[in-house]
Amino acid sequence: MADEIATAEPPTTTNTETLDKVVIRFAGDSGDGMQVAGSRFTDASALFGNDLATLPSFPAEIRAPAGTLPGVSSFQVQIADFDILTAGDSPDCLVAMNPAALKKNLKDLRQGGTLIVNTDAFDERNLAKAGYEGDPLEDGTLDGFRVIEVPMDDLTKEAVKDTGVSGRSVLRSKNFFALGLLAWLFHRPTQPTIDWANKKFARTPEVAAANVAAFQAGYTFGEATEAAKITFEVKPAALHPGTYTNVNGNTALAWGLIAASKLSGLPLFYGTYPITPASDILHELARHKQFGVRTFQAEDEIAGVGSAIGAAFAGSLAVTGSSGPGIALKSEAISLAFMMELPLIVINVQRGGPSTGLPTKPEQSDLLFSLYGRHGESPIPVLAIASPSDAFELTIEAARIAIKYMTPVLLLSDNQVANGSEPWMLPDVDALAPIEVEFAQHPNGPNGTFLPYMRDIDTFARPWAVPGTAGLEHRIGGLEKEAITGNVSYDPANHQLMTDSRAWKVANIVNDIPDLEVAGDEDAEILVLGWGSTFGSIRAAARRVRLEGGKVATLHLRHLNPMPQNLGEILSRYEKILIPELNTGQLRKVIRAEFLVDAKGLNKVAGEPFKISEITEKIVEMTK
Amino acid sequence: MTAPSYTRADFQTDQEVRWCPGCGDYTILASVQQFLAGLGRPREEFVFVSGIGCAARFPYYMNTFGMHSIHGRAPAIASGIVATRPDLSVWVITGDGDSLSIGGNHLIHALRRNVDMKILLFNNQIYGLTKGQYSPTSEAGKTTKSSPYGSIDYPFNPVSLALGAEATFVARTLDMDRNHTQALLQAAYEHEGSAFIEIYQNCNVFNDKAFIQLTGKEERVHNRIDLEAGKPIVFDEGAKAVVMRDGQATIVDSSTVDPKAILVHDPTRPDPAVAFALSRLSHGPFGPTPLGIFRDVSRPTYEGQMHAQIDAAIEKNGEGDLAKLIASQGTWTVKDPSSNGG
Repeated sequence: MADEIATAEPPTTTNTETLDKVVIRFAGDSGDGMQVAGSRFTDASALFGNDLATLPSFPAEIRAPAGTLPGVSSFQVQIADFDILTAGDSPDCLVAMNPAALKKNLKDLRQGGTLIVNTDAFDERNLAKAGYEGDPLEDGTLDGFRVIEVPMDDLTKEAVKDTGVSGRSVLRSKNFFALGLLAWLFHRPTQPTIDWANKKFARTPEVAAANVAAFQAGYTFGEATEAAKITFEVKPAALHPGTYTNVNGNTALAWGLIAASKLSGLPLFYGTYPITPASDILHELARHKQFGVRTFQAEDEIAGVGSAIGAAFAGSLAVTGSSGPGIALKSEAISLAFMMELPLIVINVQRGGPSTGLPTKPEQSDLLFSLYGRHGESPIPVLAIASPSDAFELTIEAARIAIKYMTPVLLLSDNQVANGSEPWMLPDVDALAPIEVEFAQHPNGPNGTFLPYMRDIDTFARPWAVPGTAGLEHRIGGLEKEAITGNVSYDPANHQLMTDSRAWKVANIVNDIPDLEVAGDEDAEILVLGWGSTFGSIRAAARRVRLEGGKVATLHLRHLNPMPQNLGEILSRYEKILIPELNTGQLRKVIRAEFLVDAKGLNKVAGEPFKISEITEKIVEMTK
Repeated sequence: MTAPSYTRADFQTDQEVRWCPGCGDYTILASVQQFLAGLGRPREEFVFVSGIGCAARFPYYMNTFGMHSIHGRAPAIASGIVATRPDLSVWVITGDGDSLSIGGNHLIHALRRNVDMKILLFNNQIYGLTKGQYSPTSEAGKTTKSSPYGSIDYPFNPVSLALGAEATFVARTLDMDRNHTQALLQAAYEHEGSAFIEIYQNCNVFNDKAFIQLTGKEERVHNRIDLEAGKPIVFDEGAKAVVMRDGQATIVDSSTVDPKAILVHDPTRPDPAVAFALSRLSHGPFGPTPLGIFRDVSRPTYEGQMHAQIDAAIEKNGEGDLAKLIASQGTWTVKDPSSNGG
């Protein structure tokens, strides 16, 4: 059976339309397995060679009441035959597993788009739970869409009846039925999904068999019933030659930490407390003990950073991670690490705030908090990851800065980077530059004394002297240090000197930061400046403006403190500057203050990324 | 390599010790320095970590590695040191405010995990550094600057707390009894895992004579109960004894009980119930109070298990291979169109 359908060849009885890109959204109850269906579709597409980008969206509740609007979970993926930058604005195809999923997502489906509905879920009770007064399948609500009605519950039951699953397990496979139907509709290779199911459920062969059977039944259903008059294919993308994998930001970040550990020769220590959406970094790291990774699930956020500070003092590559509310709790300890001048990576996977806010939604509202959210004068380096595939490299960069300059570094991610995925061209790991680590070995002062705050003449970093090294016994702490000796000092001039020294040390990191390069039309009237996860939306919007004949330049910041040296010069070249951010204007405030330019904002805090059209429209408006 | 030969002076720093004249901390500092000198272990292998408070200045006066960190967090920081460097001897210096108030959470979790750190809690039953507010161990009703009408907080009993937190080593001593202190330091040092020692420490400025029942010449004879492993618990020159009655440790006149009924001290009992009962004999201390080792049992350490898991993973999978890791989710290759014509 598998052999018969394990092919991406188009069926012969229906017409095939070739598209350059398509956006598909799987939507259902949070118990319907939509994230699994979406990820499987994505992986099959990745292995087929499409470029892609994904946007999962799920409720903060583990299981909101079944069938209700708050319980809807969705997964959007855009696949293309060219290099795309986002998961797309509106789906071309929507899978709605129940009325609530339809109600919540139909408004996003483009006119004329394909809608696949599980008719078995459209009973009175579910319609009422979703707030439908009539039946949208019959009352004209779906006019203007290509609707494929499928009794998925019944067909799934029939498909899995000989596999040994029973009771409630039977309908758990219906996501695979939907996936099979989509595989037929979009000419996806089927073998990767079958292999995945067999491997994933190896310990429960009946579940593996049921999922495979449902998947194949979905595919066959499409083929046999000619469920749609037209099927779609999206050819592989002409990406740069290389070997690719599909990766999300949290995973790539975790791998970046492991890589930094290898490159520095320092054991990796990750002290943390579970929090959405950062927990997956812990999960990923905890699996890889063969790399010598020490993960410490602390009793609270403060202990997470505290343990990491201890590990840093003792000579590890020390990392703590959290999301906004947890970073707030760590704030005092980050200032301690800054005062003691120890290397530490602090990861903030931002989410909607303030407080618990929107824990599963993206937002970029911790920028000012990252730059300024500590007591005392404590400027620390801040980096922001642009996309899932950027996470690996920028994490290594964070480690390099922390170690070279003996300072905590804040590494910003957000929910879109963390859970979104895209193809990543695997780097040649042997070609990655080592991270130099020089532990102090010998006393550096007169008469065999050790001076823990004697700074390096170039980097202004103090020596890293780890316990166990004879002759280097010394004490550090939160009280102000006397320059050079590190002894406690309340001397006014010394506090001025040390405050200036710490700030200068961090400002000096700018010498390691490459100059920014403007993308797009250098001679445009408008420059669109971004940071973090808006990278893709901004680039895609600029591309669209150019296709329409407009001119636009874009610039992206990965280093937020210090900012690249040539930023001011670039800003001064443009008449108009637009800064789109998923906050109320935080980078804009900094740019205006630092560079005295009249930057305008495009701001959104709606728990979702920018639509490309939103940015495009703003660019057009500003340039007409 | 021969063991280094040290004197107490080798563990002193050039920093002027700044506690109030007459503070109990001076005596504890001397005890610790003298004890470490006697161990003959290279001093670079010791790390002293503290939080905030009078006691927290301690690391500055120890010629070892040290960190004076932030309020209450020393056990968390020490956990990171021990987890990554089990070769070191890590000591936490803390006070009743530091580890029972703001840092209570870190204390109990370090104890339950059995991270190999030695925690010395200087209990003076008052906030000293902030000049005299009641602490989590101050007696109920205590009049202080922040409780002019008397404190309405019910105090912790630190030994009971540590026992309840699944600590594997729990002891209590007195600042001015240097021999007793050093004997307990030795036992804590030899214990594998977290060790908790409550040290009654006199604050002669804000809470003078809080422990007079145990330190006064007249009083101590009647009130000091020395817990010694394998011996019946008797005190007051043999006049008083401790027996278990209705699940409680109870003080009786020795003459009124069968000597066989007197509780024989055994800190290695796997169940902490008897140790807990002994810790309830005093709360304050306002009367007869046990000193010594309440509990000393063996349990795998956190860092030992952590490194065993790492070793097992390397044994099973080989040393991590980065190239394999980043390709572990499946890959596809895009060929150079110019090289294959496609």
